[in-house]
Amino acid sequence: MSFPLDNLSSLYLDILKEIGTIGAGNAATSFSKLLNRRIDMNVPEVKIAEFRDVEEMMGGAETPVVGIYLEFNGDISGTVLVILDCVSAKHITSLLLGDAPVAQKEFSEIEISALEEIGNILTAAYLGAISSFTGLTMKPSVPSFAYDMLGAILSVPMIQFGQSSDKAMFIETDLINGTERFRSHFIVIPDIESFPVILKALGVV
Amino acid sequence: MDKVIKVGMADLKVTAGDGILVTLGLGSCVGIALYDRTTKTAGLAHIMLPSSKLIRNNQNKAKFADTAVEYLLELMLRMKAKREFITAKIAGGAQMFSFKGSASDVLNIGERNVQATVEVLRHYNIPIVAQDTGGNYGRTIELHADSGVLVVKTIGHGVKIL
Repeated sequence: MSFPLDNLSSLYLDILKEIGTIGAGNAATSFSKLLNRRIDMNVPEVKIAEFRDVEEMMGGAETPVVGIYLEFNGDISGTVLVILDCVSAKHITSLLLGDAPVAQKEFSEIEISALEEIGNILTAAYLGAISSFTGLTMKPSVPSFAYDMLGAILSVPMIQFGQSSDKAMFIETDLINGTERFRSHFIVIPDIESFPVILKALGVV
Repeated sequence: MDKVIKVGMADLKVTAGDGILVTLGLGSCVGIALYDRTTKTAGLAHIMLPSSKLIRNNQNKAKFADTAVEYLLELMLRMKAKREFITAKIAGGAQMFSFKGSASDVLNIGERNVQATVEVLRHYNIPIVAQDTGGNYGRTIELHADSGVLVVKTIGHGVKIL
């Protein structure tokens, strides 16, 4: 079975969007607890776009961003990539670590650990939502961190999508702390073999 | 004014004279820069996968090392490039993420892209005159058609002139 991105039914998109909403809601709650302050979120947008447009939609290929990458295994397997823009990532670490935000561009070891932990929490919440929706279990790996050009970080999921499509799917959501907005992008890629399992669990096929 | 031509992901372009071919933020993908100094003909491909033969959805020639080199050569020869003078410079093929002790197929795709590119260029008898591949960081590359120079820019790993 091929990856059905090119001809996704609107029902399937609706389901993904619903899962995304629940996932991001869970993520916002976990995040609020972690930071001990109220974090709101907007309604996540599920977007499907041609490769050449995805980078532009996320802010340009050369923009420095933080990527946190995890693999998951269980009833279904696949990968998750969380992308945060550099300013949001710095704000989040300063909230978490109680430091004043620093203008410095590189990330210290403690900031990287904090961001990896955030990747863990957001992913666990997200996968938890898929799990409660489908009854399928998934266990995430340890996270891996990268700070680099958006295009370079995106090449990892794009190559995975690229094996069967010229399009990619991602979920965009803002986590809001007072007047600050942290834009996060989730890219969730189930392995091709997992697709029939998901569709069956959702009762689509 | 130099003419800057952007080459996207899974895309390829050719130019001649004073054009500059640019591809932004190469990660695990490989940038294949072909150049004929006698006619100042330049071609740049941004490939994502090693081989079109293993994939069913393989219509996009620029996406794979094998078909991209073939197509790039065809376009350059059509622009009057001389086959025997064409040389290659390659960049990219990084491993952006890693886990301790994991040899995940997904994560080492950069290395496989570089290997495949080297093999394909050998198959077409195109010498590789410069190479900046591997590592764990992204690269932006610019191929200048007037000189054949390939500029490699990174975040935190400097600029290289190949």
